[in-house]
Amino acid sequence: MKYKVNEKGYYGDFGGAYIPEMLYPNVEELRQNYLKIIADVDFQKEFHQLMKDYVGRPSPLYLAKRLSERYGANIFLKREDLNHTGAHKINNTIGQILLAEKLGKKRIIAETGAGQHGVATATVCALRNLECVIYMGEVDIERQAPNVARMKMLGAKVVPASSGSKTLKDATNEAMRDWINNPVDTHYIIGSVVGPHPYPDMVAIFQSIISEETKKQLLEQTGSDQPDYVLACVGGGSNAMGMFYHFMDDENVKLIAVEAAGKGVSSGFSAATTYLGKEGVLHGSRSILMQTPDGQVVEPHSVSAGLDYPGIGPQHAHLFKTGRGKYVSITDEESLDAGLLLTQLEGIIPAIESAHALAYLEKMEFKKGENVVVCLSGRGDKDLDTYIKYFNL
Amino acid sequence: MNRIKQLFQEKKNILSIYYTAGYPNTVDTIQIAEALEKSGADMLEIGFPYSDPVADGPVIQASSKQSLDQGMNLKLLFEQLKDLRKNVTIPVLLMGYVNPVLQFGVENFCKSCAEVGVDGCIVPDLPMVEYEEFYKGYFEEHNLSNVFLITPQTAEERIHKIDGLTNGFIYLLSSSATTGKNLEVGDATETYFGRIKNMNLKNQTMIGFGISDRKTFDKACSYANGAIIGTAFVKAIENGNIEESVSGFMKEFK
Ligand SMILES: Cc1ncc(COP(=O)(O)O)c(C=O)c1O
Repeated sequence: MKYKVNEKGYYGDFGGAYIPEMLYPNVEELRQNYLKIIADVDFQKEFHQLMKDYVGRPSPLYLAKRLSERYGANIFLKREDLNHTGAHKINNTIGQILLAEKLGKKRIIAETGAGQHGVATATVCALRNLECVIYMGEVDIERQAPNVARMKMLGAKVVPASSGSKTLKDATNEAMRDWINNPVDTHYIIGSVVGPHPYPDMVAIFQSIISEETKKQLLEQTGSDQPDYVLACVGGGSNAMGMFYHFMDDENVKLIAVEAAGKGVSSGFSAATTYLGKEGVLHGSRSILMQTPDGQVVEPHSVSAGLDYPGIGPQHAHLFKTGRGKYVSITDEESLDAGLLLTQLEGIIPAIESAHALAYLEKMEFKKGENVVVCLSGRGDKDLDTYIKYFNL
Repeated sequence: MNRIKQLFQEKKNILSIYYTAGYPNTVDTIQIAEALEKSGADMLEIGFPYSDPVADGPVIQASSKQSLDQGMNLKLLFEQLKDLRKNVTIPVLLMGYVNPVLQFGVENFCKSCAEVGVDGCIVPDLPMVEYEEFYKGYFEEHNLSNVFLITPQTAEERIHKIDGLTNGFIYLLSSSATTGKNLEVGDATETYFGRIKNMNLKNQTMIGFGISDRKTFDKACSYANGAIIGTAFVKAIENGNIEESVSGFMKEFK
């Protein structure tokens, strides 16, 4: 339990709840109730039922043969891309919508980058008949048009965030402002392991189903539930935290988190937070973020909207600082090439976010027989425009 | 004695004005303070801008962005504030978000405040627990008031805790809202203001967020020791001559 949250809401030096008083009652209500609600037998039953029948879990753990040949190790893909709505994000939104209902909330708000979390939120709101407002940066609305249409079909109101870089960070600001102005009946479904305590812990718990299943599936397929490596991409860090969760305390399993280098870590157009960032406070928690010496948040860049965020969750900051996790980065081009490679070798078109994790395989050296799990966090349908432009398809 | 305490002992219906440092122009910070004192403001809250002001509405977001784009930062602000006490005698607070303070260093920040004659701070996203555990000592050492906010949703027990921790005044939000919303005093707000009044807090209270003119100011003063105007003032000094726009805005409060 060395890497889990403590009773004050911290992971080592990181975490806490740096929020204005206006948000305190809502966040405190969550803090006091989330563990109790999640542990409740009925909650667990309903959660797992929906995971199975609605989301389609367990998601397969697929031994990718041709990829394995290429890298000289056993490469397993955890197929979160096969989930309903096409990414891991739905694990969290199902959990949070059930929790919001238990808290008696009537209205749901969320931020979204790639639109995957927005779609996953709009989906569960349709499912449970709750009002839904999604904040999305203007830039992202443009580059993720199909997801905007999906959210609208699902009955959500999509509100453009037009401040700052007009991407995920600004959508998050707008969602927080909405929550301040709607202090009683609204629940904010944060889409990653970021935000004030208890969000990072709560989202990690809902996403931990990824590694819970992976362990069982590995045992069945390899005879051991202990891989040599697990890899995942990191925007805020929720698919990575889900993938790391049940392996964190097993120091034999190497954790590799892949950030977006954008056009290169030194190009000025990057989202490689651990490389470029410093400790500070963003969106309610103390973590590592990209900022000027004066503490102004720097606008990130990544070709993938879901990784285009200047911070990482506090638990990731802790894994990074303690050295438990290895944090690396992959450029826009490397990720797109890796996306095409997976498509051609395995017939799977990955989300560009997930392609960042795949791209790092190129840079690793394996011993024969090593078992490697890559979290394939989402499918690439939403990214076709970007692929088309890059490869002149 | 701390100027804030003194003011509250001597005066009722205190008018405090918020503005963003370095807005509309980087060099305006001190001139606005002087003009405000001249035209009758009782207290000032100078905002140091932040890139991601989640508690602020569009007007203060825009002023913060413009100020930052023009090069404002805490180091430069403290440079400018060296001239603050040449002509300004009323209490001055700095208001802003916690990350720039953390990067500047909390201890260094408190020391710099004291050196230039700042009397207190409002850092809305600095939580009470962290303040108490790590930073309170620095504020006290430099005789700085740290002001906390409360909303209609703040529980009574927490209000008492805030009252115990703070030593300037308590910032009473008329409703849970980002800055720039209009004050609507309905029955619920009135009950809430009344409830606070009856709690016999050791600190005085100021009502903020949504006060924009004489009418809303007077209304707020019937429930508290004064009120804070921010958005409406920032909007009023957007263009034109500072002296003129400040005295024009303040005329109705004479
Ligand atoms: C497919 C996919 N992977 C990864 C991410 C990044 O988020 P996180 O780091 O929280 O997993 C996103 C975000 O939108 C996504 O859509």
